[in-house]
Amino acid sequence: MSSRIETVSREAPRNAAQDIVILLERIHKVYRMGDIEVHALRGVSLEINRGEFVAIMGPSGSGKSTMMNIIGCLDRPTKGQYFLEGVDVSTVDKAGLADIRNKSVGFVFQSFNLVPRTSALENVELPLVYAGVGSSERVRRARAALTEVGLSDREKNMPNQLSGGQQQRVALARALVNNPSLILADEPTGALDTRTSVEVMEIFQRLNSERRLTIVVVTHEPDIAQYAKRIIQFRDGRIHRDIPVENRKDASEVLQQLPVEDDEDEE
Amino acid sequence: MNLLAIIKVAARALGRNKLRTALTMLGIIIGVGAVIVLVSIGQGAQAMVLDQISSMGTNMMYVMPGNMMFGGAALGAGAAATLTDDDVNAMEREVPTIAAVSPVVNASGQLVFGNQNWFVRIQGTNEKFPEIRTWKVEQGDFFTDADVRSAARVIVLGKTVAEKLFPGVDPIGETIRVRNLPFRVVGVLAAKGQSMVGQDQDDTAVIPYTTAQRKLLGQQIPSINQAMVSAVSQQASSVTQRQITELLRQRHKIAPGESDDFMVRNMTDAAQTFTQLTTIMTLLLGSIAAISLVVGGIGIMNIMLVSVTERTREIGIRMAVGARPNYVRLQFLTESLVLSLMGGLIGVLIGGGIAALVSRILGWPTLVSALSVLISFAFATVIGIFFGYYPAHKAAALDPIEALRYE
Repeated sequence: MSSRIETVSREAPRNAAQDIVILLERIHKVYRMGDIEVHALRGVSLEINRGEFVAIMGPSGSGKSTMMNIIGCLDRPTKGQYFLEGVDVSTVDKAGLADIRNKSVGFVFQSFNLVPRTSALENVELPLVYAGVGSSERVRRARAALTEVGLSDREKNMPNQLSGGQQQRVALARALVNNPSLILADEPTGALDTRTSVEVMEIFQRLNSERRLTIVVVTHEPDIAQYAKRIIQFRDGRIHRDIPVENRKDASEVLQQLPVEDDEDEE
Repeated sequence: MNLLAIIKVAARALGRNKLRTALTMLGIIIGVGAVIVLVSIGQGAQAMVLDQISSMGTNMMYVMPGNMMFGGAALGAGAAATLTDDDVNAMEREVPTIAAVSPVVNASGQLVFGNQNWFVRIQGTNEKFPEIRTWKVEQGDFFTDADVRSAARVIVLGKTVAEKLFPGVDPIGETIRVRNLPFRVVGVLAAKGQSMVGQDQDDTAVIPYTTAQRKLLGQQIPSINQAMVSAVSQQASSVTQRQITELLRQRHKIAPGESDDFMVRNMTDAAQTFTQLTTIMTLLLGSIAAISLVVGGIGIMNIMLVSVTERTREIGIRMAVGARPNYVRLQFLTESLVLSLMGGLIGVLIGGGIAALVSRILGWPTLVSALSVLISFAFATVIGIFFGYYPAHKAAALDPIEALRYE
């Protein structure tokens, strides 16, 4: 309990319980590889409130990927409890986890992970299909999400007809479309050039400030982390540092200073 | 969840690899097609046999004078002249489920008209012959009760005989000679075709049995070769058979435990025997064809396994955005089902076409029944589910984290 109190966010007031989006209590994760046990997480406690923009950093093997899998309900902790919006998800079965991912988590990956040979619009519709939303409503919401990321004119394009930045924005629209509690991005700029990276961070910042969306970004790039409001550093399966970002960068300002390149993927 | 969405995704996944899909389907197409063709041949044979039996009158049975023991030697059916006119009359009188009965006296002889002649098997019966044999008279009339009583020299010709003796001439009213006795032709029977054993049933002539006994055969003591009986219905025929047996045992004073001196041959029994035979043949042909259907199913399983591996990452994405394992399973099951059902549909169409060709070119009777279509379709469905389940299960059991990392 004590460690949790230490890591409580300094930004959001802790008065309303429903404002805590992520609450981790002494999370352990042990992988068994043959006879060897690997301790990926060693008792992590953490609280993230609604509207936070958190960057998770750390060297490889520090447990940050494991952390992100658990936060994203892709994996379950070996020990400890995880409350997502007040619901204990550490004991939910596979089907239940799928439902939680569907409703509460929007994923953005380093390699975009769009379904190949499927149009941008249909990729964005995907979470709604699994949520059982009717087809006309699906299309309406998917279009709205694509407009939000500035790709309304590319809905019919297949992933291989889109640039990396555009693909990542489609993935972002897909993450947004079902109004999740949090957006979880795993190295979202890892495969993008500088300008496109900043563009993606600009969308993150906008969603965070305008819609009060909770965003967790896993990254190893310090300058990307500077767009977040809070940085959590992992080391050896534990939280090493948990600090607010000073001199936070504003992506829209950075964009204005960046030169526009000729071979940019925009029209 | 949304079945339409599932089918759409399945159709698209299959459409992406058209050649592969077509080749996989081919296994099922050949399997279902083979089942349809071979079963249709079996069922066609069965239908033909049943048709012939029913054309003889399914309610019909023959009562034959039976085995006679002569010094320990069984002389075989028909050896003893134990069946008499009186037996026939008694049957008609005392067995209520008999619709009609006629004695049969067999004879044969050369039929002569003008310069035409033809050797023929002659049946002596009473006027109930057309009713019992369900055999229509095409031209003229059958002989009457009065003809039978008076042993009139009238004759009804089978179609083949009429054509041989009267090429291009109306035979009705003409006089022909049978064993040198003049007979007036009163009627011509409708064509009936070959019997089950390939005999031309129309190569016959019918006269009153009294005429056969007294005039043609010149019998001192009139005897009959057999009696033909028609029961009121097919359902009643086993009752009729039992009642005839009881009556004749009583009339022939056969003690309980002794064997009958007559035989009742039921056409329904014959029909059943033939039906059994052709059913076995149909099953045999069908199961041989079914083997190729199973092989087709293995092809589906093979391709689905490849497909699951190829699309591991896609499965991971779908799971990450909220596809439950069951949904993934359903997705892949639907794919294999679409494969097998489409293959089944095409197989039915092609099989039906080949069956039609077989009956056209080879002249074999074929019958594509709704049941065989239904069964082969059901079989294709079962194959799709059975062989699709393991790959689908494999897909559903994937760990989303591993699947997302898969290259």
